[in-house]
Amino acid sequence: MEIIKIGMADLGVAKPPSRLRTTGLGSCVGVVLYDHVHKVAGMAHVMLPESSLAKGGELSVGKYADTAIPYLIQQMQNEGAAPRNMVAKLAGGAQMFAFLGGNDMMRIGPRNVEACKMALQAAQIKVIAEDTGGNCGRTIEFDSTTGVLQIRTVNQGVKEV
Amino acid sequence: MAYFTKFGDFQFDVLREIGNIGAGHAATALSQLMQKAIDMKVPQVRIIPFDEVADCVGGAENVVVTVFLRVEGDSPGNMFFILDLDSARHLLTQITGINKEVEEWDELQVSALREVGNILTGSYLSSLADLTKLNLQPSVPGLAVDMAGAILSYGLYALGQSGDFALTIDTAFFEGNEQVKGNFFLIPDPESLPILFRSLGVPFDGDY
Repeated sequence: MEIIKIGMADLGVAKPPSRLRTTGLGSCVGVVLYDHVHKVAGMAHVMLPESSLAKGGELSVGKYADTAIPYLIQQMQNEGAAPRNMVAKLAGGAQMFAFLGGNDMMRIGPRNVEACKMALQAAQIKVIAEDTGGNCGRTIEFDSTTGVLQIRTVNQGVKEV
Repeated sequence: MAYFTKFGDFQFDVLREIGNIGAGHAATALSQLMQKAIDMKVPQVRIIPFDEVADCVGGAENVVVTVFLRVEGDSPGNMFFILDLDSARHLLTQITGINKEVEEWDELQVSALREVGNILTGSYLSSLADLTKLNLQPSVPGLAVDMAGAILSYGLYALGQSGDFALTIDTAFFEGNEQVKGNFFLIPDPESLPILFRSLGVPFDGDY
């Protein structure tokens, strides 16, 4: 069994029996897409809500919700997945330091979650499970065979959705 | 990452010196608080991909105690004071006489450690402000006990908008017998670098 590690602002696709994993999600959002018919899974580690925030330089598609999600769907299609079968699971988007809530940049967690949901809605993909918000870091692992997403936190242990 | 390519040895030296002076003052403050000698390592200035930032403190999943504050003013950025769990417990015991595992901390212990972080990062910043004559103000500090990756990524959002690399000024310190050891991290926002350099009269023709 291979575990594919997804870094920050990165994305990847897996087929059984591989698993997709990303560690230390804070305000970042881990987006998992799954086609249960063709057994193709995809994961993105989204860092910022919109690519319009980018200031110059080359655009890294995996970094922004509005670019990462369409690109992930396309990558999964290349592996034989069909968008109409896809469902989504989300984790992350925490606000690690709540006191800074007044600053827009520090509210990045909730904004990331909203942006992911908008991009998923635009692609007509339903969010069937989420563990977002709060103030804790998360590590997630997705099993492309069963479609189960495992979410680990420091204080609340492990849960599966 | 256009502006990082303009870095030469001289610019790196200047940033190391910033870390040296800032963390030096912070270590002195810590030494006074603990009534113990504190040693410091040579600051590390690195330009690294986001993923590797957490590796400096034991990896993205390593649980750490962190005091975080946002630096506002002329040269904005993010500042972290990071301790491993054992160090945080020892530090608290030394300063308050309370010996409790981190999981058992209540509001009082959290508040005490946040204040320690506030004092130390405050001395780091004020020495930096004195040196550069820039107006630098710390935000209210926040404390979190969580995965290093989740915490440090907070310092990367401003950088994320203009590139995939972070410039970190990392200074490790330790008490004589290594019961308390930790790191100060300063991660300047990208637009702060030319301001920092200009204030010190360092040539830098970074463009964005």
